[in-house]
Amino acid sequence: MTEYSTPKPVEPTVYDLSSPGRVGHTFPQCDVPLADFPAGMTRDDLPLPELSEVDVVRHYTRLSQLNHGVDTGFYPLGSCTMKYNPKINEEMARLPGFTQIHPFQPIETVQGALALMYHTQEWLKAISGFDAVSLQPAAGAHGELTGVLIIRAYHHACGDEKRTKMLIPDSAHGTNPASSAMSGLQVVEIPSDARGNVDLEALRQHCDDTLAGLMITNPNTLGLFDENLAEVCELVHQAGGLVYGDGANLNALMGIARPADYGIDVLHFNLHKTFSTPHGGGGPGSGPVGVTAELAQFLPGPIVDVVDEGDQDEPPLYGLVMPEKSIGRVKSFWGHFGVIVRAFTYMIMLGEEGLRAASEHAVLNANYLQARLRDTYHIPYDRICMHEFVAEGRWPDAPEVHALDISKRLMDFGFHPPTNYFPLIVHEALMIEPTETESKETLDAFADALIQIAEEAHTNPEILKTAPHNTPFGRLDEVKAARDLVLCCWVPEKSGF
Amino acid sequence: MEFPKDLKYTKNDEWIRVEGDIGVVGITDYAQDQLSDVVFVEYLVGEGDTVSQGDVCATVESVKAAADVYMPVSGEIVAVNEALADAPETVNSDPYGEAWMVKVKLSNPSELDDLLDADAYQALERDH
Repeated sequence: MTEYSTPKPVEPTVYDLSSPGRVGHTFPQCDVPLADFPAGMTRDDLPLPELSEVDVVRHYTRLSQLNHGVDTGFYPLGSCTMKYNPKINEEMARLPGFTQIHPFQPIETVQGALALMYHTQEWLKAISGFDAVSLQPAAGAHGELTGVLIIRAYHHACGDEKRTKMLIPDSAHGTNPASSAMSGLQVVEIPSDARGNVDLEALRQHCDDTLAGLMITNPNTLGLFDENLAEVCELVHQAGGLVYGDGANLNALMGIARPADYGIDVLHFNLHKTFSTPHGGGGPGSGPVGVTAELAQFLPGPIVDVVDEGDQDEPPLYGLVMPEKSIGRVKSFWGHFGVIVRAFTYMIMLGEEGLRAASEHAVLNANYLQARLRDTYHIPYDRICMHEFVAEGRWPDAPEVHALDISKRLMDFGFHPPTNYFPLIVHEALMIEPTETESKETLDAFADALIQIAEEAHTNPEILKTAPHNTPFGRLDEVKAARDLVLCCWVPEKSGF
Repeated sequence: MEFPKDLKYTKNDEWIRVEGDIGVVGITDYAQDQLSDVVFVEYLVGEGDTVSQGDVCATVESVKAAADVYMPVSGEIVAVNEALADAPETVNSDPYGEAWMVKVKLSNPSELDDLLDADAYQALERDH
């Protein structure tokens, strides 16, 4: 077993390390006349920690060593596509031409940045088959909300205001119902059939003239390509609805299948999943939205377009345009530009063949793991998977062991746990997504750990119930964590709390 | 796991105990077991509200998931169990007793005929 070499004891807070009077800076002598703040506007104290520079650097370096990230270990968090973030992405995003510009500069002076955005739109169009793309939305769920608002705007523009029902399969991403509800639509859940596809009979029952659309995740959260997809889209279209595609699982499809070709009308891309930019707290996300020609006029703007074709002497002039019936702005300025630079770098570094190879390897890796674990873990929808698969973390002859215990035990082996308890249609779900960059050695080490844990579940369940043992903290009290929301360690005395 | 004989059940794992024209509603032992540790109970209805069969009356959140609680019958809400807000763990420890969620004055007692008895509820095909 690999020992997880984490520094102990656990790091004190930056306030605990504070020493009165210690500083990490010296100010130059003031060369302007001093002015006093008006009386009553100054505070008596400012309880910030006082440390030297080296104290601060060591503190945050030690904290970073307590973390688990894709740069430190395998991170098979299903549905999240925690793929490696190539370092050249960071190098490009730090180019002065991208960092030293302002969104309100005259467009003639930021042509490079606009060209990058334009070509990112073009790449996303080529990968998805859509006619138009907006880079505005700030993250995946934001892209969903944007897409649903576009569907709503389309029906309203057609004078069809009774279409208020959004169908969502039970294998869809958990954010889909929230995005629909936020848009004022009524959510109806559609069950899956025995093979993990959308249940066509159930779908037919809801295809009436109140249908706004359907939100489908493909591959779905079981990691399966819906075998009924063409028919699903056709049924929705026949009833006058539109099909929203949740592009969170696009990592399985690049260069292989284009969502627009199989009937999707609107789709969001997760640049922080499929296109290797950092996730969430590691840097903002980005959720561009692609649409068919029919919906292009409703996209949020501004969108980058060629405003002057140029000629043999002059390059094309890029500018920012607002689509005719745009749902409006959904983000300040021009989206998360720094993230777009990283995603564009990833696309052009890999090229068409490289992107396809990334998807193929993601699918191959998931199928390899599924094949290695199939005899040990029950796989309820057991067929060739796409980029991820869902196993059950339970055995009839080890009734006290749950998926949560397996995940906690995995941390002892230095692996990030898979997604737990999602999708809800699998009991004790363990949702495993290895991504394309992992070697056979890493996949084997992970499979070996899971097989050993399955053995322990039967012979020594206590070691699972009390895991993790090799991490800075042991088993956390999740009930207390959920209920007792103390989110800061220090409360200002005057706050009244 | 217990399923008292004097209760009626829904396929969505709610129970109702009828006392005169009042129905007491909660979630079943199976539901609390599936959810695991309950951390929040939030009501979407209040005393005096009129509800229909199938309306969401509460949301139960556990460390694993959040689940809606649906009204097994229609009627007027006459009480909600505010004690669960401070002690949601009661849903795990006493799902048929202290952890009742709402009391409803039945407006259409014939709806009870749509519900399951303990044997039929236990016989539901579940994937486990």
